[in-house]
Amino acid sequence: MSREVVFRFDGAPYPGRDGQTIAAALIDHGILSWRRTRVDDQPRGILCGIGVCFDCLITVNGEPNVRACMTGVEDGDDLRSQEGTGYAQ
Amino acid sequence: MNPDVVVIGAGVVGACCARACVEAGLTVVVVDRGAVAGGTTGGGEGNILVSDKEPGPELDLALLSRELWAQMAGSLGDSFELDPKGGLVVATHQHTLDYLLRFADEQRACGVIAEPVAATDLPDHEPRISRDLAGGVLYPQDMQVQPMLAAAHIIEAACATGRTTLMTDCAVTGIDVDASGAVSGVRTAQGVISTRHVINAAGTWGGEIAALAGVELPILPRRGFILVTEPLPPLVRHKVYAADYVANVASDNAGLETSAVIEGTHSGTILIGASRERVGFDKTLDWHVLGRLAKQAIEIFPLLAEVQLLRTYGGFRPYCPDHLPVIGPDPRVPGLLHACGHEGAGVGLGAATGHVIAQWITGASTSIDLAPFSPARFGASHVA
Repeated sequence: MSREVVFRFDGAPYPGRDGQTIAAALIDHGILSWRRTRVDDQPRGILCGIGVCFDCLITVNGEPNVRACMTGVEDGDDLRSQEGTGYAQ
Repeated sequence: MNPDVVVIGAGVVGACCARACVEAGLTVVVVDRGAVAGGTTGGGEGNILVSDKEPGPELDLALLSRELWAQMAGSLGDSFELDPKGGLVVATHQHTLDYLLRFADEQRACGVIAEPVAATDLPDHEPRISRDLAGGVLYPQDMQVQPMLAAAHIIEAACATGRTTLMTDCAVTGIDVDASGAVSGVRTAQGVISTRHVINAAGTWGGEIAALAGVELPILPRRGFILVTEPLPPLVRHKVYAADYVANVASDNAGLETSAVIEGTHSGTILIGASRERVGFDKTLDWHVLGRLAKQAIEIFPLLAEVQLLRTYGGFRPYCPDHLPVIGPDPRVPGLLHACGHEGAGVGLGAATGHVIAQWITGASTSIDLAPFSPARFGASHVA
């Protein structure tokens, strides 16, 4: 069994497992959406799951537009839902 | 099926030819071996530029084309993101600026609006631009369009008249001629289409289509890559490019040339070009080229160093030895017209290309003299 890590999502702490992607760690907790689109404000989460579609973007430790499906979750990560481009308008 | 015209190629140029022919009262079939905008158009950036054209026939065509694009956008309801954002050409060194200002003087004499901008005034036009530039020239007539949307909506509008049929995934396998040597039909994977006029709008592959009619057309690919950033709030207002872009466009160098071209899009991504290489139809990703593009873009917009790239795409510009497109009737095969070889300007010149092609087919006098664009300029060689 892999080591347990603790990350935060929108401020709340969650346990995850070392080696999981951010997307897998969120889905484990029933969290299916972590971004809203910049034009029509629609929810987005995993679509392709293999790094191609850029639908699963999330803000990680202040850095926007990180692909949740390609990035491993790290102990202490501060994950934030991303609105629009993830940058202040 | 017996249309007045068969257009080969469903990119922007083919779409504009179809629309202009339909508006002139003709019936049209558009055929493409792939999808709409799947070839040259899909690899492009969507430039409608006068700023990079030196005085001459191509500039005249560009000035006409931008007017026609604006009209088309008006009648098609802003469906393809036509943005009259203007171009800003900048120089990194004084000697390049001197060249740019002389070039702008010549363009101004031909009807181009070109306003010199002092280095200290550049941030008024582009707040995030480097403070280390020598100066620039603003070209308010430059525009941008989403080329794939444009091709699709223009073809859709032509089809909505009931006088255009679109056939995709339909490769052309032959061009038939009658006993007099004139075009009589087009053979395709889905059967023969009888017609008296064929428009070769096959972009980079225009030479292959010409060969099907038994004639040579010297169109070759010039590869380019474009970088696409993550979507950002608006940071780049104009199409901004380095003055040496103009020299590269006109160059005959076969080796790699890169010059920074930076522009925002409606979706928030920033597109970064432009590279030019003659390497045949090799689409292999070249990290060395991408690195140069990124470095040059950062010299003009330093904040791009902090921005993530999402992806890259590439395509092949169809170039002719003299860098002019091939537009008009082929004297070797009556009924065969060419509308290809626009190099990197096919989207921008597409509207005027369709316009003059339709004028010629219907016997009207053309708005622009087609002689400089005639395929006859290459000599009269037939394919053996």
